Amino acid sequence: MAEFWEIIREPFFITLKIVAILVPLLLAVAYLTFAERKIIGYMQVRIGPNRVGPRGWLQPIADALKLLMKEIVVPTSSNRYLFLIAPMISIAPALAAWAAIPFTDTLVLANIDASLIYILALTSVGVYGVIIAGWASNSKYAFLGAMRSAAQIVSYEIAMGFALVGVLIAGGSLNLVEIVKAQQGSLVHWFWLPLFPLFLVYFISGLAETNRAPFDVAEGESEIVAGFHVEYSGMAFAVFFLAEYANMILIATLAALMFLGGWLSPFEGTWFEAWFAWVPGIFWLLAKTSLFLFCFLWFRATFPRYRYDQIMRLGWKVFIPITIVWIVVAGGLVLGEVGPWFN
Amino acid sequence: MDFERFVFYVFAVILVFAAGRVITVRNPVHAALHLVLAFFTCAGLWMLLEAEFLAIILVLVYVGAVMVLFLFVVMMLDINVSPLREGFVKYLPLGFTVALLIFAEMFLVLGVKNFGAEAVAIPARHGADYSNTRELGSVLYTDYVYPFEIASVILLVAIIAAIALTMRRRPGTRSQDPVEQVAVKREDRVRLVKMQSEEKNG
Repeated sequence: MAEFWEIIREPFFITLKIVAILVPLLLAVAYLTFAERKIIGYMQVRIGPNRVGPRGWLQPIADALKLLMKEIVVPTSSNRYLFLIAPMISIAPALAAWAAIPFTDTLVLANIDASLIYILALTSVGVYGVIIAGWASNSKYAFLGAMRSAAQIVSYEIAMGFALVGVLIAGGSLNLVEIVKAQQGSLVHWFWLPLFPLFLVYFISGLAETNRAPFDVAEGESEIVAGFHVEYSGMAFAVFFLAEYANMILIATLAALMFLGGWLSPFEGTWFEAWFAWVPGIFWLLAKTSLFLFCFLWFRATFPRYRYDQIMRLGWKVFIPITIVWIVVAGGLVLGEVGPWFN
Repeated sequence: MDFERFVFYVFAVILVFAAGRVITVRNPVHAALHLVLAFFTCAGLWMLLEAEFLAIILVLVYVGAVMVLFLFVVMMLDINVSPLREGFVKYLPLGFTVALLIFAEMFLVLGVKNFGAEAVAIPARHGADYSNTRELGSVLYTDYVYPFEIASVILLVAIIAAIALTMRRRPGTRSQDPVEQVAVKREDRVRLVKMQSEEKNG
């Protein structure tokens, strides 16, 4: 028995850690949908969901239950196997990417050396869920949505990748823990200041990568009904929904880690530093992530949907030149050891 | 059998199966998806070789970008399978010759003589602080800087050539100029006319 425990111990604890990351993540996804409806509701001067539980707090649970009970309809002339596998392909990378996300400098499941490109690679795999769903549904609207999404994600991934190149030049590492450590000092030491254009490009590309408004042409309901998931119902639809929101939280966390100093306190290097020394680092990370998530919802309530050719123009003709120029500038800043960031 | 070998065989079986399906399956979309699976498991095998940077780049570039464009094109084509099989016998000798040539070339390069257990030593295992990315970068920009630069210039030439070959100016097409759109003022679009209010008739 003792021998068996020796073999099983490490996998057991890793599984426990995975559960400890995924359960809060899925809860966060559920309540992000609630936050979205409430925040957009208040922005549009209405109350939002307030019937289920006190002040509507049980609304996401009710939604999840409803979707669980619904029938999954498989269209007759669809490709049944691919139709059912597409939601899984969509959610698996969205969850797997969290393995390499550091919550504090020690609280990380897998502190791998190349965590930044690992996450970029996994998020780029998520597009297959959308493409396969659109193709396997055997529906014109779904197919149009899939095509739009594929073109959009491929275009914006280049800009996003270049923005990350700037970060890794500035941080001198592909490891997210090292990148955050390189931002130590104070609020102005964080990379949002020297890499400001890349910061903007990264966040807007993140919006486009997750197919969020104003880049949600893949599911533009006024043009192509619901885009790639038009034929999905019940839990299969809910899984796409989960993947989209998990990706939103991932992009927001990455933006906080790379440009806003991750778990570092914003009061570092000021008079208030001692006052806030008791606050655990993970609190700051979550606060910064929430800030970006609020922006996601705010943009959805504010901007009208981009036209498709304008999206392509923005990605290829505006973002990619900006990032290329700023990579050169960032290289110059690092070589010249320009303070207060790189000396 | 230790765990590493077990992982290797799992990946190897999936890789061989997926690669076989790429050329045997009839539906081109299914073939492309099997190729994606082959790339992905191949990246897993490279990871076992401690080449994590190459493995991740394989997923990022080939799975995340190249194959998406492939699928994009393949899905657009409405291929009818039966006419494709018509010239099968006619092209068989030529196809067979090409296949034989490729096999001979691969045998010469990848044969037992060059890749046997005697010819290639078992690579040394590195500690947890070994950074494959850093090693690759330092070798690429010192020892192999000229081959690296030449390869990138060739790629750049290929990109420019591809654009130059496909770009043609079509006369008569109308497109928008975003600069003009942004620079537009209210006076260009709306004309406000001042006039007296008129008496209501009747």
